[in-house]
Amino acid sequence: MKAEPKGLLKGKHRLTGSQACAEGAFSGGCRFLAYYPIHPSFNIVERFLERSADVDGVFIQMEDEISALAAVLGAAWTGKKTMSITSGPGLAQMMEHIGLGVMLETPCVIIDVQRDGTSEGLPNTAGGGDVMQARWGSHGDYETIVLAPNSPQDMFDLTIRSFSLSEKYRTPVILLTDAGVAQMEGDVTIPDPKNIKMEKRKYYKGKKDSYLPYQYDKKDLVPPMVDISQGYRFHVTGLTHDERGYPVMNEQCQEWNVHRLVNKIRLFSDQIIDIEETYTDDASVVVISYGITSVDALEAVQQARKEGLKVGHLRLRTIWPFPEKKITQLAKRIQGFVVPEINYGQIALEVERCARGDAQTFSIYHPSKNIGQSKNLLKTIKEKVKKIG
Amino acid sequence: MEHTQIEEKIHPMENLLRMDRIPHIWCPGCGIGNAVSAFAEALDKLEFDLDNVCVVSGIGCTGRVAGYIKVDSFHTTHGRAIPFATGIKLGNPDLKVFVVSGDGDLVSIGGNHFVHAARRNIDLTVILVNNFIYAMTGGQVAPTTPIPAFTTTSPFGNFETPVNVPRLAEAAGAVYVARWTALHMRRLANSIVEAFNTPGFSVVEVISPCAMYYSRTNKLGDGLDMMKFYYENSTIKHGEPTDNLDIDYQKEIIVGKFIHRERPTFSESLKSWQQQDNGQG
Repeated sequence: MKAEPKGLLKGKHRLTGSQACAEGAFSGGCRFLAYYPIHPSFNIVERFLERSADVDGVFIQMEDEISALAAVLGAAWTGKKTMSITSGPGLAQMMEHIGLGVMLETPCVIIDVQRDGTSEGLPNTAGGGDVMQARWGSHGDYETIVLAPNSPQDMFDLTIRSFSLSEKYRTPVILLTDAGVAQMEGDVTIPDPKNIKMEKRKYYKGKKDSYLPYQYDKKDLVPPMVDISQGYRFHVTGLTHDERGYPVMNEQCQEWNVHRLVNKIRLFSDQIIDIEETYTDDASVVVISYGITSVDALEAVQQARKEGLKVGHLRLRTIWPFPEKKITQLAKRIQGFVVPEINYGQIALEVERCARGDAQTFSIYHPSKNIGQSKNLLKTIKEKVKKIG
Repeated sequence: MEHTQIEEKIHPMENLLRMDRIPHIWCPGCGIGNAVSAFAEALDKLEFDLDNVCVVSGIGCTGRVAGYIKVDSFHTTHGRAIPFATGIKLGNPDLKVFVVSGDGDLVSIGGNHFVHAARRNIDLTVILVNNFIYAMTGGQVAPTTPIPAFTTTSPFGNFETPVNVPRLAEAAGAVYVARWTALHMRRLANSIVEAFNTPGFSVVEVISPCAMYYSRTNKLGDGLDMMKFYYENSTIKHGEPTDNLDIDYQKEIIVGKFIHRERPTFSESLKSWQQQDNGQG
């Protein structure tokens, strides 16, 4: 894909999280968007559409989220970097094509601006209930990559990283954000396009008649890709398939296929996982958070430190793959984890699992009405610290 | 003793079919093979560089077509071949994109996509093989099953009004609509050529027997009997109003070209409207 600096911003800009996300997509090379309107994700779509002519971007409003992600997958095979933008109920509809994207090994990005569920829920307030949906929503076995920004700058940076990871691992990547971060305004520094470093899609360049779509590289388990119309005349299917991309209906092939799909991410998770640690070295209690909640959580932890409490903070910039090793190690030397989330404990369950009983885990429901009120959180954290201590 | 030299002959469709996947999965007497032959003949007539042709299928018996055509081809999810193909066409407007799938796939689970792709006039050529039944899943009632045909899920006979595919396509905005039976091979191939040459969303319906389920459940003989029956009971009426194209159980089937019109395609419109907004128009 040739570099397209045309129409890209650079330098310092005052942007909302939504605007930063659209700019991140452009800077990350995305030129195709298929979406279906839904709150509170629509501001990102709006920005993409307004700026699409500047960067030669193509977009289409589809009839639902099922078709939106189908179009995104189709366009990805023409060589474009592609994405869709949605919120919880839309992500639910996208599940069948997340599965197809994983199976066909199609790079693409899904932006999920979480709102309060369940079902239609509260469309305009920040939610955090899609964490497990993003991990396990599609049927069958697969690994997933999910990133969670917490500021407009982070939106920009992690949108770019989402594209980079999706190209490298040939899999759909979800940027799991929320209405809080999407509506937040802040300074965003956009680097010169030349200085943005990204992983590139690995292309097959061998002989035309010897191309096998799923003959993978033993080093990274990722098969090189080709675009439509490069003359390879390939076939791919959502059915269990062999190296040729042809359906093969037996258990042996199923295992050959899914083992690798899982391992190409699971075995390389250390390269994907991104966490930010604050005061964890000497902490006896560690607060684990992500997304908008991490802003309040860090503030509360900083205040707790001022008050002499040995509390640390661990922020998940990537949620999936989960930093299992890190949590297990921490659990061995601390007393407990406190996990505030805008849900009734999704990541808390994962933390508890990884703690292996070596440290206690407390889930804190931090609803969207409490966003921006770190004092509430501090109070609850203190209560938990007391309990653990 | 002299041996007669046997001339090695190449199958005329070898360049178009994945011969390494033959034999195919379709039952004896099925009409999908005819549709594939007509499609291959059409591709041959269109004289495309096959590297620029792309075929997308959904799920079901006809959904397997993509896997047998030797071009870049996608076997996707149930009902979603059209939106997948939409992405391909918008991603690279120079590609020649065909969707080949069945009636259940395209007008039941994928019905909404069919309607909206036609409305937007996405530049796709859709070959819809209609066998009046869900065959791969075991002969269930389809949105196209005539009244009162028996299927495994209409044990008292079907009482639901079937979809009239050409009428649906016309109402939604398709620019080209034709229908043939599986034995109208030459006319079918010509229609596919004409459909492709009409920019926008075009639909060619192929009435096909399902020997395994539809014919057997309704005691209508084997696939070949049914193929002949459809052919012999069809009447060519080009330009027939689509209102008259309902298919009644074991009655006359009107075939022909019904719609052929011009409308700007989605890609043309997006480009010209974006440029206008930019002050370049």
